[in-house]
Amino acid sequence: MADARSVVLGRIRRALADRPAAAAIPRSYDVTRPLGDLVELAAERIADYRAEVHQVASADVPAKIASLLAARGARRMVGPVDLPSSWQVDGAEWLIDSPSLTIDQLDAADGVLTGCAVAIAETGTIVLDGGEAQGRRALTLVPDYHLCVARADQIVGIVPEALARLEPTRPLTFISGPSATSDIELDRVEGVHGPRTLHVIIAT
Amino acid sequence: MGSNPVTWLGSPVFPKAAKAALADTQLRRNLRKATHTIRDKRTRVVSELPDWEELRRAGEAIKDDVLSNLDTYLERIEAAVTARGGVVHWARDAREANEIVLRLAREAGTDEVVKVKSMATAEIGLNEALEAGGIRAIETDLAELIVQLGHDRPSHILVPAIHRNRSEIKEIFQREMAEKPVSDEPRELAEAARRHLRRKFLSAKVAVSGANFGVADTGSIVVVESEGNGRMCLTLPEVLITVMGIEKLVPTWQDLEVFLQLLPRSSTAERMNPYTSVWTGVTPGDGPQQFHLVLLDNGRTDALADRVGRQALRCIRCSACLNVCPVYERTGGQAYGSVYPGPIGAILSPQLVNDMHDKQAASLPYASSLCGACYEVCPVRINIPEVLVHLRAEAVEAKGRTPESVGMAALGWLFADARRYENAQKVGSLARHLAPSGRISSLPWPGSKWTSTRDVPTPPAESFRTWWRRNRG
Repeated sequence: MADARSVVLGRIRRALADRPAAAAIPRSYDVTRPLGDLVELAAERIADYRAEVHQVASADVPAKIASLLAARGARRMVGPVDLPSSWQVDGAEWLIDSPSLTIDQLDAADGVLTGCAVAIAETGTIVLDGGEAQGRRALTLVPDYHLCVARADQIVGIVPEALARLEPTRPLTFISGPSATSDIELDRVEGVHGPRTLHVIIAT
Repeated sequence: MGSNPVTWLGSPVFPKAAKAALADTQLRRNLRKATHTIRDKRTRVVSELPDWEELRRAGEAIKDDVLSNLDTYLERIEAAVTARGGVVHWARDAREANEIVLRLAREAGTDEVVKVKSMATAEIGLNEALEAGGIRAIETDLAELIVQLGHDRPSHILVPAIHRNRSEIKEIFQREMAEKPVSDEPRELAEAARRHLRRKFLSAKVAVSGANFGVADTGSIVVVESEGNGRMCLTLPEVLITVMGIEKLVPTWQDLEVFLQLLPRSSTAERMNPYTSVWTGVTPGDGPQQFHLVLLDNGRTDALADRVGRQALRCIRCSACLNVCPVYERTGGQAYGSVYPGPIGAILSPQLVNDMHDKQAASLPYASSLCGACYEVCPVRINIPEVLVHLRAEAVEAKGRTPESVGMAALGWLFADARRYENAQKVGSLARHLAPSGRISSLPWPGSKWTSTRDVPTPPAESFRTWWRRNRG
């Protein structure tokens, strides 16, 4: 008996016996768009998902981190191995993912602090790629609170601009607001399995 | 169950199932509220994009390119996934796919798998097959969980529990969960689901997912979700098994820029869904260290062979067509007798079953008024009315002469002659005398076939044609 692979490929070739010619793909959609002040738009759109957004000057990021953690009473914070030392502010105990933290350690923490790879203003999305100051995916998933720092130069306008900046073979996570569901009466409510609170600091 | 469990065994033909559904006023209320909520939101977020029509055309063309070169792209993704440490399996049908997943789960030494919501695994009846093999499948999407705990069937592609309102969900959770929700507030119900599944996520060894997209060039798989249950399954277990229909490919990473705009706005009516995960094979030190991709045919190549019907394989499972369909809004999804309800189900299910002698499958292309709203909202421009009419012709051919074909012939006779048509309209106008209130809630047979499930507005005293002749003639 022929193996499944050659059977399926054979069926496809027979099904396409009429040799349908694929038309050229019309790429007349926007690959960029004038959206005005991207920082303002990103802040507005991220906040639209009921995430909290704070715009601060780069030099003030550590102070903002400290005040946000203090206001939440977050004392045990997870961070990737390359978390900038200036972000590891006093007042919290920093659990750095080296050696790898266990899932139970992540679950017992009060939150996680990371950077990001790209942010998309139009959709209010931050994208993590496991690169600088981001760590592996579990870090930003298991703790119930995610504090993310995005630099102004990481913000792009629309989706095509973001994809052009990303390397597809890295593990990627696109995050638009805190965990949510539309499964009850098709109305969105925040907070299911992922972090239920998302705070974003935009460093300008 | 045959080798193709796309439609549920023992489901009645659509008109019969629809009649039962229409008698359920609670169901009609739940559906109306949910579909109207999402419909209005969708219109708002779609109108934000000045290039929406261009995106739709690009989406259509990209998917047509995939279908025209499906063999090439499948070989390409197989090579890319393998090069990145994944293992690719091919499955001719549901039975073969289920056997592969069961074997892999057993090899991992587990008796329980956590699942990301997936249409492909629902289509092949994976949960039942695993159960029969001694492995428990735990649905982790909130709506799938509601269906599973309610010992129910799904009724919507995106929101399988759309037929349930908040108080019904509360009752199901109170009955089935150890830690019971106290109110029917959606936030409280979501919290209950979180408590219920938390330990499962943190200790699961094997996860099973579907895929929204697979990128042929890079081997990257994309899962689009909202709750974070997907991320849990895709990130924490040691072994990840993804079952993907062979049509779910896009050629290149760049092509995703189209679909990551079309899909969220069409499905949950958001600018972007809360979480999208992309992974490529195995990444050392991050996520599952074993990855299996099961490429599933299960009737798709039969649909591909149909020159008119193959456009149904462009579908990205957004469910926008369900939310705008006047038939779906009134009957709900279970009446379609398949995991694929609504307009897309009416053209996809019969093609996957590929047997017009199957009465239930052959009844599905009639589950439509051909109003065309589904075509208008479809993000990949599937001409659903065109395929419906095409499949009706196939069904008629398979059946020979039937009451339907006789009825259609009679209508043809009526429309063919202007005077006959006018006289028929006058008979309709007489119905006014039955309903001084302006609504007719019951008509004598054969009109009763219509009014047993809905009210009819009273026909006007005078037909348009009579009015025109009197005033302008």
